[in-house]
Amino acid sequence: MPRDTGIGAATLRREDVRFLTGTGEYTDDIVLAKQTYAVFARSTVAHGKIKSIDTSAAAQMPGVLAVFTGDDFVDVGGNPAGWLINSRDGEPMKEPKRPVLAHGKVRHVGDAYAAVIAETVEQARDAVEAIEADIEELPAIIDMNAALSSSTYVHDEIETNQCFDWGWIEDNREATDTAIKNAHHVTTLELVNNRLVPNAMEPRASIGSYKASTGEYTLHTTSQNPHLTRLLISAFVLGIPENMLTVIAPDVGGGFGSKIYHYGEEALVLAAAKQVGRPVKWTADRTESFLTDAHGRDHVTKIELALDAEGNFLAFRTDTKANVGAYLSNFSTATPTFLHGTLMGGNYTVPLVYVNVKAVFTNTAPVDAYRGAGRPEATYSIERVIDKAARELGMDPIELRRKNFVKPDQYPYASAAGLEYDAGNYDALMDKMEEVADISGFEARRKASEAKGLMRGLGVNAYIEACGIAPSNLVGVLGSRVGLYDAATVRVNATGNISVMVGAHSHGQGHETAFPQVVSDMLGIDASTIDIVHGDTSKIPFGMGTYGSRSLAVCGSAVVRATEKIIVKAKKIAAHMLEVTDQDISLNDGVFSVEGTNKSVTFGEVALKAYIPHDYPLESIEPGLEETAFYDPANFTYPSGAYACEVEVDPETGKVRVDRMCAVDDFGNVINPMIVTGQVHGGLAQGIGQALVEQTFYDEYGQLLSASYMDYTMPRADDLPMFQVDHSQGTPCVHNPLGVKGCGEAGAIGSPPTVVNAVVDALQSGGHNITHIDMPVTPVRVWEAMQNAK
Amino acid sequence: MTKVTMTVNGKAVSGDVEGRTLLSAFLREDQGLTGTHVGCDTSQCGACVVHVNGKAVKSCTMFASEANGAAVDTVEGQTNADGSLNVIQQAFQDHHGLQCGFCTPGMVMSAAALLKENPTPSEAEVREYLEGNICRCTGYHNIVKAIMAASGQDVSAIAAE
Amino acid sequence: MYNFDVVTPNTIAEAAAAMAGDEAQALGGGQTLIPTLKQRLASPNTLVSLSGVSEMQGITKSGDTLRIGGATTHHAVASDGSYPGLSGLAGQIGDPAVRNRGTIGGSLANNDPAACYPAAALASGATIITNTREIAADDYFQGMFETALEEGEIITAVSFPIPQAANYQKFVQPASRFALVGVFVAKYASGVRVAVTGASNDGVFRWTEAEEALSRDFSAAALEGLSVSEDDMISDLHGTARYRAHLIKVVTARAVTAAS
Repeated sequence: MPRDTGIGAATLRREDVRFLTGTGEYTDDIVLAKQTYAVFARSTVAHGKIKSIDTSAAAQMPGVLAVFTGDDFVDVGGNPAGWLINSRDGEPMKEPKRPVLAHGKVRHVGDAYAAVIAETVEQARDAVEAIEADIEELPAIIDMNAALSSSTYVHDEIETNQCFDWGWIEDNREATDTAIKNAHHVTTLELVNNRLVPNAMEPRASIGSYKASTGEYTLHTTSQNPHLTRLLISAFVLGIPENMLTVIAPDVGGGFGSKIYHYGEEALVLAAAKQVGRPVKWTADRTESFLTDAHGRDHVTKIELALDAEGNFLAFRTDTKANVGAYLSNFSTATPTFLHGTLMGGNYTVPLVYVNVKAVFTNTAPVDAYRGAGRPEATYSIERVIDKAARELGMDPIELRRKNFVKPDQYPYASAAGLEYDAGNYDALMDKMEEVADISGFEARRKASEAKGLMRGLGVNAYIEACGIAPSNLVGVLGSRVGLYDAATVRVNATGNISVMVGAHSHGQGHETAFPQVVSDMLGIDASTIDIVHGDTSKIPFGMGTYGSRSLAVCGSAVVRATEKIIVKAKKIAAHMLEVTDQDISLNDGVFSVEGTNKSVTFGEVALKAYIPHDYPLESIEPGLEETAFYDPANFTYPSGAYACEVEVDPETGKVRVDRMCAVDDFGNVINPMIVTGQVHGGLAQGIGQALVEQTFYDEYGQLLSASYMDYTMPRADDLPMFQVDHSQGTPCVHNPLGVKGCGEAGAIGSPPTVVNAVVDALQSGGHNITHIDMPVTPVRVWEAMQNAK
Repeated sequence: MTKVTMTVNGKAVSGDVEGRTLLSAFLREDQGLTGTHVGCDTSQCGACVVHVNGKAVKSCTMFASEANGAAVDTVEGQTNADGSLNVIQQAFQDHHGLQCGFCTPGMVMSAAALLKENPTPSEAEVREYLEGNICRCTGYHNIVKAIMAASGQDVSAIAAE
Repeated sequence: MYNFDVVTPNTIAEAAAAMAGDEAQALGGGQTLIPTLKQRLASPNTLVSLSGVSEMQGITKSGDTLRIGGATTHHAVASDGSYPGLSGLAGQIGDPAVRNRGTIGGSLANNDPAACYPAAALASGATIITNTREIAADDYFQGMFETALEEGEIITAVSFPIPQAANYQKFVQPASRFALVGVFVAKYASGVRVAVTGASNDGVFRWTEAEEALSRDFSAAALEGLSVSEDDMISDLHGTARYRAHLIKVVTARAVTAAS
């Protein structure tokens, strides 16, 4: 039957039609009756004491309906951190309040201290200019080292700029130190994992509305996880009862992590809607996005790798300072710790791992999970130091990795960093990568580049990540304040078509196409009769949303469980209709039949019976055919991969061009290979962007000099090659029903070290003694490095 | 306020605009054509690309009053007469040339302008032409492939998967 | 944006009259001005749109001179083959949609230190023609965003002597795609002119040492031994001063090679 729309089919995306015809509906496209507009007054200094804010003139401006300042929100809660991290000494992390609007101090350029609601955007903008804020500029805390020794604090009440000092695994600390001290060889590398601005193409936007007659609030917002946003607003910030708040995330133009989090603007438009009695809309402009979206990465790391004489890995020791910015964003404390430290064993049988992470407050935008979230940082450190070690030991970088890989017969493998890898085959990935990337042809290509006067380099990489986050009981032990299950409701309508309500949110991932493929495959009915409902808390079960490559592994598993329940019940109904027991019923291609007989009923007939229960055993079966399942995974999933990159470097200008980029990934089973490939492409572009062009630059005063596309380089079509992508080597995840692992972040995790390894290789081939160069590897950095290496 | 009249997707429209009203705002807010998106303030992302008198322009960097009397085409007017996807739109779907969809209208309009100027562009020419259209989702691979396929070229050899 | 009126004159005379108004500003293609207005960094009362002035449109060649109307778009210049080096430059400005709006007059009036056109105008010894006078390129560019234009003066056309050979090479600032360093080399019977954009705190400038060397020997080899002082070079997150100084020589050599 409909195998062309089932699991494994490259089904074309149904959501494309609306996007291609301009009929998608993004938040800013929505016009609510009598809507008004919010514009925020934002700090132009990185750090300042708010001495007074006079809004009286602004309030009198034409069209102005209300003006808010931090004073209006002192009695409500703050936007919390979702993960409690304890320092090595057992002390809980510092958690300064993050208010809706800045109060007392402004703490980064762009920090909102007031907001105007007016009839039009321009009127609100005019009024914002009329707000008289007396803000005394304070010294800006920008550099992390300076922050740790400074007596000026981002948050005065905590009297330190250190959020926490975390050790993982603390019991391994001394043994790791000893192993490094006694090792045959230790390779050390200091590196920066550069701060990135996520830059979803749709800027954040929110519309708050309020119905006075019932007390119900509705928030339309650019969110990856509407239930999480509702929970945060209800339980922590505004105290609106959850059942009185509907959060709707309509079409969302990309997230990459930045739209996981709750932001103050969402709370403001809700509170303002109640006060002015009309809907309030806010849409960020791009510079506002640069200044206030949660940024990513920003680690400064020293990593050491100890090896024995044969090249066996003995220990990884990492010292990292992680910038959390001015306030703790929702997952900001999990990202540099459990999403980073637990991966510091990589794909390798290294017996000892120790990671120290100091999280630092600075007068910069908050930093949180961005595509990959902690795993890119881990992979970059590990794979760069391995590459350097190979060079120091004169070993082939592929062979050094292979020598230390966890082998297929070692699963489940307890990594030295505390995770249990369930499945994988890293040698198979490396084999496939060598084939797809044509590693054996590299030397000939290098000669061809040299003939053109260009230096050519080859970089390779092996990565592992942890996705499908994850078991609630495990993350609870590790400090998470939320559960990490997901949910799905499968509603079979009377006429046999199906609505699947899911907790995951699709903002580019193609859930509307891929999830029906799963249900179609299980029920044997055509996917075109199955639709996905997502993004509206009034319609969907309580799910945790989309991030960490978790949608299919977690929410997809919930869809499977709910569909299994549908099948169980439908078989009972079919058994009644066919006058047999339900054990006698089998379901094939959408038909319930009794084996060895010609008795059968179709799926549609069973559905109709469920809703028109005349002649129905009501004593044993309820009417209706609708089931909900919550799925909480048993473990993370562990995608892995082997990547190769070839670059050409222009020795005169330092410009790096990626000529070939190959990604071979193990995502376990694949539901829609077309979508999976597209996810890898996007990740690769973001990873290459991080490696080569994306630079978030705060000056010493805390001014973000790269606050628009004039200075923040987004990878463009002509910066990138066609990619070679393969996912034929999947080892199915052993603990979720689909055997899937997650593919959303892999490209962004695997590619940065691959690119930088290739650049270093190119420079070495050109006779430049350069062993490391920090990202982004811009032309000027390469050129300056070549001058300094002379 | 001044009155502007123009043809949008073949239909005569008019409206009262301020001097500062951008063409993108006129299309989105006055005409309800929200397919044209605004993704930046500096004329770089290209989500707002429309055609004015047959030429691709960034509608966020042109005043509505400057389009007075012009023929404007937006993504909403690109389908075939029967409402089906046109050859470019269909190629984007066939080759998975979009993910979140936000940059897509601009990509489709730029692709249409490119193929009008250059009916069978090379990969390099497509990439160069897209200099003013930023996509954060796709890595451009499938967009380039889709545009080349829409031009009638065989793309089966382009790094298939 | 603050509000303003947009007026759309049909003739240069009408445009000049409109520019005489209080806080009036010329609007070319708007590709730089509109983003500036969005940031509320300018507050004109009136924008005088020049795109409807037909006498400021078009490209005419007479003998060895190319005259380009001030409101001619980059796309139109890029598509014109009369002066290939200039067309090549115009085709590298911004992106296709920007080139369909942006104009030569707008670019030269703004004189962004990283814009492309100033390099062509200066290297070609072009004449900037306004509604009131003609200005030699050597007198026109007066530093970053500074020109010889008086208040209310409009660039109605630019006249380029067509050289024997010319080429523009642009090493892009990767985000804005403006020039990090752009060099226009033009070889005339009277000698070679080399103009550099993107690099200097003083805006576009002529690299006279290179001009002398190339006038003697129009080859990349002629540049060997020359260097550019980093003293007045821009230093920012995209390039240090010494990097820009270095690039000028590299890019000039490439332009010479491409032109020969």
